[in-house]
Amino acid sequence: MLEINELSAAVEGEPILKELSLSIGDGEVHAIMGPNGSGKSTLGNVLTGREGYEITGGSVRFNGKDLLEMDVQERAHEGVFLAFQYPVEIPGVSNMEFLKTAVDAKRKQAGQEPMSSVDFMRLARETSKQVQLDPSFLKRGVNEGFSGGEKKRNEILQMMLLEPSLCILDETDSGLDIDALQIIADGVNAMRDEKRSFLVVTHYQRLLDYIVPDKVHVLAGGRIVKTGGKELALELEKKGYSWLEDEVA
Amino acid sequence: MSDFQQQALKLAALQRRGHDAGWLSDLRESGARQWMRSAWPGRKTELWKYTPLKALQNQSFEDWAQPQPGWQDDIELLPVNGCRLVFVNGVFDETQSDALPSQVSLFSRASEQGQQVLRDTLGTVLDTERHLFAALSNAWADEGVLLHVPANTVLEQPVYVVHVSTPQAQPSVASTRVLAVLEQGSKAELIEHYVSAGQQQNGFVNALTEVSMGANAAFRHTRINLEDESLLHIGGVHVALHRDARFEGFTIAEGSELKRIDYQVTHREPGAHLGLDGVYLAHGHQLLDYHTNIEHAAPHGTTDEVFRGIIGDRARAVFNGRIHIHPHAQKTLAELSNRNLLTSRTAEIDTKPELEIYADDVRCAHGATVSQLDGTALYYLQSRGITAEQARVMLSFGFINELLQQIPREEIREYLQRHLQVLFERSDSLIGDAGPLELHDDAAPADAGGKH
Repeated sequence: MLEINELSAAVEGEPILKELSLSIGDGEVHAIMGPNGSGKSTLGNVLTGREGYEITGGSVRFNGKDLLEMDVQERAHEGVFLAFQYPVEIPGVSNMEFLKTAVDAKRKQAGQEPMSSVDFMRLARETSKQVQLDPSFLKRGVNEGFSGGEKKRNEILQMMLLEPSLCILDETDSGLDIDALQIIADGVNAMRDEKRSFLVVTHYQRLLDYIVPDKVHVLAGGRIVKTGGKELALELEKKGYSWLEDEVA
Repeated sequence: MSDFQQQALKLAALQRRGHDAGWLSDLRESGARQWMRSAWPGRKTELWKYTPLKALQNQSFEDWAQPQPGWQDDIELLPVNGCRLVFVNGVFDETQSDALPSQVSLFSRASEQGQQVLRDTLGTVLDTERHLFAALSNAWADEGVLLHVPANTVLEQPVYVVHVSTPQAQPSVASTRVLAVLEQGSKAELIEHYVSAGQQQNGFVNALTEVSMGANAAFRHTRINLEDESLLHIGGVHVALHRDARFEGFTIAEGSELKRIDYQVTHREPGAHLGLDGVYLAHGHQLLDYHTNIEHAAPHGTTDEVFRGIIGDRARAVFNGRIHIHPHAQKTLAELSNRNLLTSRTAEIDTKPELEIYADDVRCAHGATVSQLDGTALYYLQSRGITAEQARVMLSFGFINELLQQIPREEIREYLQRHLQVLFERSDSLIGDAGPLELHDDAAPADAGGKH
C-alpha cells in the first residue's frame, strides 16, 4: 500500500527526515516509536502534504501512485488520513457541518451524490456513540472547548466516517488516561481489516498493548534505526532509546 | 459651506410634508443652523480621517427619492412575527405594513401624547457637535417611527422596520428617523433592516435612530445594513442609558461606495449595561466605516463590545472604538474587542481602539487584531478532503458565525447565516484566492491589545 523510499525532508532548511524507507502492506499495522524530535510528527505531515515541509529527496508511492505529487485534499480522496496530535479548534463551524462537508467531498470524488442531511445525522450520531462522544458534540464548533480526550475521539469519529485506507495516528495516545485510550483503541480495532493499514506514531509503548502492531520501527535522527515485532516496544519501554542511538552512532 | 451642505439645505426646504409638523420646526431650524456652520469634514478631521466624503460631493443631489412600486420581488424580508413597518426611500408604505399597536406610531400620525414625547425627546439623545449628520437629520426631520413604551410595559412582539431603497433616475436623498423611548421598567425589541431593490441606486440615505432608555428598561436592537453597494449610507444609533438600563445591540453591514455607521452610547446614570456585537464585510472597491463612542458618565456601568470584519479585494474598512470613562465613573467594566480578517494583500483596515480613562477604579480591556485565515485550520480541513476554496469559505463563515450564533432571535440568525453562506460562496473577492495564503511579515498577526 505505502512505499516510502529514501525520503528526505527539511523544515526551513533544517533536515528532519534523512533517507527514511518504510513499506506497509495492505491490512498491516505498523508502529513508529522514537524520542522527541526524531521526526515522528514530520512523517505524518509530509505524508499528508502539509505546507512548510520541503521534500529534498526520495519518493512515496501510495497504491502505486506518486503521493508527493498530490495536494492535501487529493491525498485525502485517495484514502490517506491523519489523526492530528493537536486537533484544530474551529469556532463558528459546527462539527456536524464539518463532518458532512468532508464526507460529501469524498462522495463527490467517487461520483456519488451528497448524503441527505437526515441520513447523515443518523450516521454521525451512531458513529459518535461508538467512540463514546455524546451526540451533543456534533452541534458544537469543531473541537471547540473539547477536552484533550474528546478531541482525540473526534479524530477517530472522522476516521470512521471517512473510511480511509491508510490511517496515520500521530501521538493519538498522548495525554490520555487508560479509559480514554481504550475507547480510541476499540475504535481503531473495529476498523481493522485486511485492506486497511495503520501507521501508529507513539511515544509510549502502552498504546501498543491495545492496538497490537505487526511491526515496530524506531525512528531516531530522521531515519528508521531498528525494526522488529511487537516485543521491540517492550524492550524500548524498559531500556529507553539511548542504547539505540549509541548503537547507530 | 460645501456644495453638499448647500444642496442639503435646499432639499430641507423642498421637503414635501404630508403632515402639519409645526412642532418639529424648532428642531429643523436648530439642525439647519448647526449643519450650516459646521466645517465640512476633510482628511484632517479626525472623525473622518479614513473616510472621504467624495462620493457625496461628486454628485449633485437635487431631489428627494421617490417611492417606487414593484420592489417586493427583489427583496427577501425577515419572517419576523411582529409589527412590520415598511418605508420605501424614506416614505411610509402602508400597504406593506401592519396595523400599528398603541406603542408604535408615525411621527405624522402621533397622538397628542405622542407629539409631546417627540417634542420632549427627539434630538435630546444626540450629540450633534460630534455627529454632523445627526444635525442634518434634525434639519431634515419629517416622518419617522416613534416607539414609545410606557413604564413597566413589555412589548411582546418585536417592531420590525424595513427601509427599502430603489434605483432613482437622478441623484436623490432620503432620510429615515426612529425614536424609541422606553420608560422605566419597560422592555421592547426593534429590528431595523436596510435593504435595496435593484442596483444603480443613485441615492444617499441619512439614517438616524435615537433611543432613550429609562431606569431599568431593557431594549434589544438589531440594525441590518445589507443594501446595494451603489447606495450611499450615513447612519447613526444614539442611545442614552439611565439607571440600570440594558441595551443589547447587534449590527451587520456590507460595504458600499460610502457607508458610515456611528454608535453613540452614553451611560448617563449608574448601573447601566451596553452589549454591542457588530459585523462588517467589504469587498470589491467598497468602503465601510464603523465608529463607536461609548461615554461612561456614571459609575458601575458595563460595556461589552465585539466587532469583527472581513475585508477582501481592494476594499477599505475602518473601525474606531472609543470608550471614554469620565472621572466619577468608578467601577466601570468595559471591554472592547475588534478582530479583522484580511483576505487580500490590497485590502485595508484602519482599526483604532481608543480608551480615555479618567477614573482610577475601573476595569477596561481592549484588543484589536488583524490577521489572515489560519493556515493550520486550512490544512486541517483540506486533510479531510475539503477543497481549499471550500475551506476558506468555511473558516470565513465560522469567523463571523461566532457572533451570529449568539443572536437570540432565530429568524434573524438563520436569515443572516443563509445570507452570509451565499455571499461567501458567490464572492471570491471577499474570501480571497483559491490557495491558502501564507503569512508574511507585513501582514503578520498584529496585536494591539492591552489592559488598563
